[in-house]
Amino acid sequence: MAEVAGGGQPEAEAAELRERLRGVKHTVVVLSGKGGVGKSTFSALLAHGLAADGGRQVALLDVDICGPSIPKMMGLEGEQVHQSGSGWSPVYVEENLGVMSVGFLLSSPDDAVIWRGPKKNGLIKQFLRDVDWGEVDYLIVDTPPGTSDEHLSIVQYLSASHIDGAVIITTPQEVSLQDVRKEINFCHKVKVPIIGVVENMSGFICPKCKKESQIFPPTTGGAEKMCQNLNVSLLGKVPLDPQIGRSCDRGQSFLSEVPDSPAASSYRNIIQRVQEYCDQHRPQEEKTI
Amino acid sequence: MEEAAAAERNNLGGVRYILLVLSGKGGVGKSTISTELALSLRHSGKKVGILDVDLCGPSIPRMFKVQDSDVHQCDAGWVPVFVDQEKSISLMSIGFLLEKPDDAVVWRGPKKNALIKQFVADVAWGELDFLIVDTPPGTSDEHISTVEALRPYKPLGAILVTTPQAVSVGDVRRELTFCKKTGLRVLGIVENMSGFVCPHCSECTNIFSKGGGEELAKHAGVPFLGSVPLDPQLSQSLEDGRDFIQEFPKSSAFPALTRIAQQILDGVSQGSS
Repeated sequence: MAEVAGGGQPEAEAAELRERLRGVKHTVVVLSGKGGVGKSTFSALLAHGLAADGGRQVALLDVDICGPSIPKMMGLEGEQVHQSGSGWSPVYVEENLGVMSVGFLLSSPDDAVIWRGPKKNGLIKQFLRDVDWGEVDYLIVDTPPGTSDEHLSIVQYLSASHIDGAVIITTPQEVSLQDVRKEINFCHKVKVPIIGVVENMSGFICPKCKKESQIFPPTTGGAEKMCQNLNVSLLGKVPLDPQIGRSCDRGQSFLSEVPDSPAASSYRNIIQRVQEYCDQHRPQEEKTI
Repeated sequence: MEEAAAAERNNLGGVRYILLVLSGKGGVGKSTISTELALSLRHSGKKVGILDVDLCGPSIPRMFKVQDSDVHQCDAGWVPVFVDQEKSISLMSIGFLLEKPDDAVVWRGPKKNALIKQFVADVAWGELDFLIVDTPPGTSDEHISTVEALRPYKPLGAILVTTPQAVSVGDVRRELTFCKKTGLRVLGIVENMSGFVCPHCSECTNIFSKGGGEELAKHAGVPFLGSVPLDPQLSQSLEDGRDFIQEFPKSSAFPALTRIAQQILDGVSQGSS
């Protein structure tokens, strides 16, 4: 009963988007069918991780219109978007890390964005067409849970340029995996390559007795089994670490706050693999140089 | 024509109280709270229905282990799926309408809205004490359509679920605004995943921080319905589709979950007396 809506877009609009996104080398979309599994956390850390190499320009776009978490996680709460001659300017965390989110357009933390699909789609288009992203090595797109308007729109609009692939986030339990399988099917349907799957909240080590508990038990084999069955790569597992949430709440990068933790090293490995994937999948014209 | 037929059927006419479970944030436990609330109310002798309007990520069928069931038609519309012989809990979810469980429902708003209207009009619930409406995260199509379709039936109100950390509480603040704007009464806020007691050494760790839900309730002037701790027995029960309320009365999450149901029951009996 699935149906992919809205394939075509006026050629002029596609050309406009292509022109605007011409300076973007790599695009990675972070997806999950399930909410609250750590999409924004991963997106934020991926952005921080990639931007740690100061020579690289990174952009983070939050298309979760009803529940934007990125401003808080990046320590940019209360920031506003500025208008310049060449469009909206992203909000910069570092010189080489720019962020855009609906959160920067709201006047109060209580403001709800009570919008149906078409308005959300309009804003997503604006985020791509009207933001002065400039020259960007990596554009990371954080999404809301599901397989609906936001997802179809971002894929449709980005098809004007190029998507390297999607990173899919899950937690170990079947209740989450069953939604994530749907997301993988979504990717197949809209022809977005899957870079791989990240399993978050994978086991918890008690800070006192150092013993591990499975708070979200992998009753059906977790992401590992799912990846085997569906023939997609598992990029890694990240343990539950109370310091991750704490860093997010304070708008700090967990990678630089607790660099020696098992969770941070796991995230670093995953970021490394995403980067390698992107390097191997360079846009066609670059290969010839 | 169609609307007239639906009104004639009046499938929600036998439902006493309708309540919605909402959250701006995903994965905080909306479906868990909906499920455990239904089970708790059943243990108090109530007849309960759950309408799952999460169309892209339906979790309710699996949490009751009826994910392979099909929905049948009768004269009054769709027959919901019963989870037990006594027919004390009935469910409706898009999960029952999919050919394959992994099928993605790749729909934009208008199609989702049409199905929600059908869910509200065409399910033959029969006599129910409570209908719990479980929702996806956000404040968009599903929420606007559900609230609009239910308005003639005067829902009792909404339970808002959050986890303690600021990132989640921020989204739930927006959901409170949604309730205010749509005239939906807030029955209270539940803080889920609040602290984890290590089964090995009994040390309590606040994995997702602590107290954010209670603070928000105070700030917004709405009731706080309680904190539900992270409890592996609860996640395991939901994975296996077992009745946690029946099987684990000694677990750490049990008192909190039954207290939520009790507060709803108390509120209802005060309201009617």
